Amino acid sequence: MSELKLYEIFIRAKSGLNHRHVGSLHASDAQMALLNARDVYTRRKEGVSIWVVEAEKITASNPEQEHEWFDPAEDKVYRHPTFYPLDKEVENM
Amino acid sequence: MYSQGLTDAKGQTEPADLLAAFQAKIDREEKIEPRDWMPMAYRKTLIRQMSQHAHSEIVGQLPEGNWITRAPSLKRKMILLAKVQDEAGHGLYIYSATETLGVSRDQLTEELLTGKAKYSSIFNYPTPSWADMGAIGWLVDGAAIMNQVPLCRTSYGPYARSMVRICKEESFHQRQGYEIMTVLARGTAAQKEMAQRALNRTWWPALMMFGPSDKDSKHSEQSMKWKIKRFSNDELRQKFIDATVPQAEHLGLTIPDPELNWNEETGHYDHGEINWNEFIEVIHGNGPCNKERIQARIDAHDEGEWVRAAAEVYQQRHSNTSKSEAA
Amino acid sequence: MMSDLNQTVLYQYLLRLGDSSLTMGQRLAEWCGHGPYLEEDVALTNVSLDFIGHAQLFYQLAVALDDEHKTPDDLAFLRDAHEYRNPLITELPKGDFAYTTLKQYFIDVFNLNLFQGLKHSQLEPLAQVAKKALMEVKYHLKRSEAWVVRLALSTDEAKARIQKSLDDLWFYTPELFEVDDGMRTLVDAEVIPDYATIKSSWQERVEELLQKCELEPPESGWVATGGMEGEHSEHLGYLLAEMQFLPRAYPGCEW
Repeated sequence: MSELKLYEIFIRAKSGLNHRHVGSLHASDAQMALLNARDVYTRRKEGVSIWVVEAEKITASNPEQEHEWFDPAEDKVYRHPTFYPLDKEVENM
Repeated sequence: MYSQGLTDAKGQTEPADLLAAFQAKIDREEKIEPRDWMPMAYRKTLIRQMSQHAHSEIVGQLPEGNWITRAPSLKRKMILLAKVQDEAGHGLYIYSATETLGVSRDQLTEELLTGKAKYSSIFNYPTPSWADMGAIGWLVDGAAIMNQVPLCRTSYGPYARSMVRICKEESFHQRQGYEIMTVLARGTAAQKEMAQRALNRTWWPALMMFGPSDKDSKHSEQSMKWKIKRFSNDELRQKFIDATVPQAEHLGLTIPDPELNWNEETGHYDHGEINWNEFIEVIHGNGPCNKERIQARIDAHDEGEWVRAAAEVYQQRHSNTSKSEAA
Repeated sequence: MMSDLNQTVLYQYLLRLGDSSLTMGQRLAEWCGHGPYLEEDVALTNVSLDFIGHAQLFYQLAVALDDEHKTPDDLAFLRDAHEYRNPLITELPKGDFAYTTLKQYFIDVFNLNLFQGLKHSQLEPLAQVAKKALMEVKYHLKRSEAWVVRLALSTDEAKARIQKSLDDLWFYTPELFEVDDGMRTLVDAEVIPDYATIKSSWQERVEELLQKCELEPPESGWVATGGMEGEHSEHLGYLLAEMQFLPRAYPGCEW
């Protein structure tokens, strides 16, 4: 017997916030994963909504390519408002 | 043997530049994440430590679980049930974190059930009286918290995150134990005796929870360098003793160590020598309850086999019909 | 109208609710540390906690009726088996996971309908408790129903176990709907719902699921009864002996 599938669990702490990854658990199927996630991860009213995702369905970027993927965004200073000096009179823009 | 960190599983040398970059990252207090490159020995050390930690939570359900059906009030029953349930949850969180290192829950469970994996020796002692629920909460959870709080900053991300969650949840565990002890210590003579006996039983095994003395701890030095560990065993043990002695005095209970003495010079309590032979014996399976504890886990696992199988077979047959109600 | 109510009748009824919840919670608690896998261990204890919580709430309503200054703990720990009012099904041993699950399912469907009725009780405090409990009951039922389906429609072994549980439990269910003269006055006063309605809703839902699961109720058996008069199975005495040991051995102590 192989083991029950791994599900990653995401919880929205309260409305207005994103779902956040909190951990994982094993379950036979999505419905059981959802039920179990409620008991395992929200015993102290930690959430108002739960997502469960089969772990193997997640596609991730490769950490070894961290630099080539993410560093190019670093020097694009023109994407940030502070790049643009304004006259004192209008500086609240 | 874990201190080399230079060869991987195939006996190949790990590249010096990767090793250096890895150590530099740790020195910068950056977390290591599951898919990051890490030395084989780091991975192995983590798997060993985290799985021992998770196993301890799981086996740790048993000595207290023992008293849930006999708790003396509805309030105590619910508190104890919630606490032991937390321990199952905590075992689960740490297994989860361990799985990110490439070992399966099944593998981890198998190692526990076959006696290959270790767990905290404290859970191999019996809990013959209700007062043991107090002593365990106060001392065992107290010692565990000393160990766990620094682990919230441990270098491996998933472990650190699970520890943050665990520490938050466990904050009531020690208090409820001390509260049980307080009520007993202020109760009838029979209740006070119950409390004192539980303290006598638990004190030394609780001190052993911090692991071997620094001079004998084979894993410590490398683990400190990798920031898996943040304080040495003896440092944490001393901190625990210093915090706990006044708590016992406050209850009018006596710590079973005639050599215990406040040392004005060091600003710490001196204490008697720990019986390390006993520690080694219990770790290697010869404690009062080792066999019972493992057997209880084996029984639960075996009796659960058909349930897990049923759930899985149901899923295979109905995978297209049972759309989740998520979103 | 409410002031005309026979307090003894109400008291006995609240004990029935409290005792049912407590014995259910106590049996479920036995799973703690021994569940079929970790996730289920946590889930089973969650349900157990809910039931013990309900028991405490019902006992609180009960002790508020008498002026003997009793506490919910007195009711739980200092009454003997013949003073317990739960139907026999809730005191039965935990059995295997199939037995626990099916028993749970029967009780959950019953509680769903019962609490939906009690939510409209003319007795406001009881309506409040029912409202709170109902939220938890809905979740319990989702769980137990999901499991009955999974056990019944999967492996041969699981199917055989759940069928065996059905054979053993089926004739314990009619007792859930028993009504005595006292209870009839509560129904008339709209303090509690009509049990005949609860029964038909229960039967409809349960029979539908059993059919879907290809499970057959047994044709004959001993029909359990007696809980309301304090006539119990042999199991309750052991359950209480274990549960009540400390307060009985050390009378009058604080814990």
